[in-house]
Amino acid sequence: MSDLAVANSGGASRRIGAVVLRHLYLLRTSWPRIFELMYWPTIQMVLWGFITLFLLQHSSLIAQATGVLISAVLLWDVLFRGQLGFSLSFLEEIWSRNLANLAVSPLTPGEFLSALMVLSLLRTLIGVLPAAGLAILFYEVSIFEMGLPLLAFFTCLLVMGWAIGMAVCALILRVGQGAESVAWLAIFLIAPVSAIYYPVDVLPAVLQWIAWTLPTAPTFEGMRALLMEGVFRGDLLLHALVLNAAYLVVGCGLFLWSYRVARARGLILQVGE
Amino acid sequence: MTSPAIHVEDLVKRFGPIVAVDGVSFQVEQGETVALLGANGAGKTTTISMLLGLLLPSSGSIEILGSDMTRRPSQVLQRINFSSPYVDLPRRLTVQQNLVFFARLYGVTDVRARLAELARDLELEGLWRKRTGQLSAGQKTRVSLAKAMVNRPQVLLLDEPTASLDPDTADWLRGYLESYQAETGAAILLASHNMAEVERLARRVLMLRLGRVVDEGTPSHLLQRYGRASLEDVFLEIARQGARPGEGTAA
Repeated sequence: MSDLAVANSGGASRRIGAVVLRHLYLLRTSWPRIFELMYWPTIQMVLWGFITLFLLQHSSLIAQATGVLISAVLLWDVLFRGQLGFSLSFLEEIWSRNLANLAVSPLTPGEFLSALMVLSLLRTLIGVLPAAGLAILFYEVSIFEMGLPLLAFFTCLLVMGWAIGMAVCALILRVGQGAESVAWLAIFLIAPVSAIYYPVDVLPAVLQWIAWTLPTAPTFEGMRALLMEGVFRGDLLLHALVLNAAYLVVGCGLFLWSYRVARARGLILQVGE
Repeated sequence: MTSPAIHVEDLVKRFGPIVAVDGVSFQVEQGETVALLGANGAGKTTTISMLLGLLLPSSGSIEILGSDMTRRPSQVLQRINFSSPYVDLPRRLTVQQNLVFFARLYGVTDVRARLAELARDLELEGLWRKRTGQLSAGQKTRVSLAKAMVNRPQVLLLDEPTASLDPDTADWLRGYLESYQAETGAAILLASHNMAEVERLARRVLMLRLGRVVDEGTPSHLLQRYGRASLEDVFLEIARQGARPGEGTAA
């Protein structure tokens, strides 16, 4: 009888969809969660918009490309929201003590990671799209004018956000909920060397070397090349994509290893305590 | 010949120097209810956690419905389910949202029909739009049981299913489990401290002490062997002194 009721094929996408649906239920009934998603990107964009207006009057460099700072802010938020969206979706399962239910369901760890990536994308779009719309309204700056390269920058930063999110979740699985503040802090560790608002070559030599080992620096350099020189740098994109693939593999590996250790030590039930 | 619903062989779980489960072997046939009895720390929850894949065994093997649990967990977990008052469902979701989520997670094809059936059988209609966090203990247990039944499991693992329930609700729940088993032929592994429940539901009892199966048999067989009037007395004797020398099937 159960064989009739239970589908055996095409189950992975169905299970990933189920986890996404469970979070959409949560978002739909919780306006503070939606508000929080949109709040920071909008505040950041407004703040940097005024800084841009001020600098326009005092800097010929900024005058060359008025949208460069606002675009940097919005793309930085793609990375930040991407990472936070991944980590917070995982933490929601811990806060609601649902991790054990997921662990004993047919959902595989790989499917769980996929669901977290989908949720991260949705949370990022909910957070960043309104801010991008307001940037057009307030400052006549549209990041969408970048065209297809914007999609490439968005993807690079989102994927790096996932990789960091996986590492953060792995840490939480290992050391418990006490590490959840890392979810908010982790991304800022790489901010100074990500060349968000300034080029890599203003950094000291050692930090320049570190910057080029991250996919964020070539992505933001590529964005500036496009906005300030009107040049799409394929080499920088390739650099970012290769590094992204490596970081994603490391992030996945860390999460799966940590999940296995948690199962071996019986930490899944205790992780919320 | 059909394979047993659960076949556990020489199962061991160590946490550093502590041996929580120490060479446990048992079998549960399809359509059979087996109870795990033992004092706190005897290894019941650890054993169930390993059957569910929540814990990795240190050694030994677990086969459920003929499949190796450690190698094909996803395939096995689609056909089994569990209920425990100690594992919450997402509290901010309504009863309906929770059951839709779990039905999809377990790959139930006709979600609407299955949920309507569960709502009727477990008397959940009035709770459908309530948030799970707002339910009483008894209501939560019914919803948790609905979640455990959502995929019509062939193997059901229950950890103290009637803890925190009043006697009337507990009796109703036992009746529901009996009729589910009669209808589907599912196997049930039950961990409980409620001896009346065990006597009513279980065909066989496994007595655990310090991570080992120290005795097993039907409830009436155990009463006769220990010369006691109730399973509770048998439980107390085993918990306080261990199995009688020369008796029991494992040690």
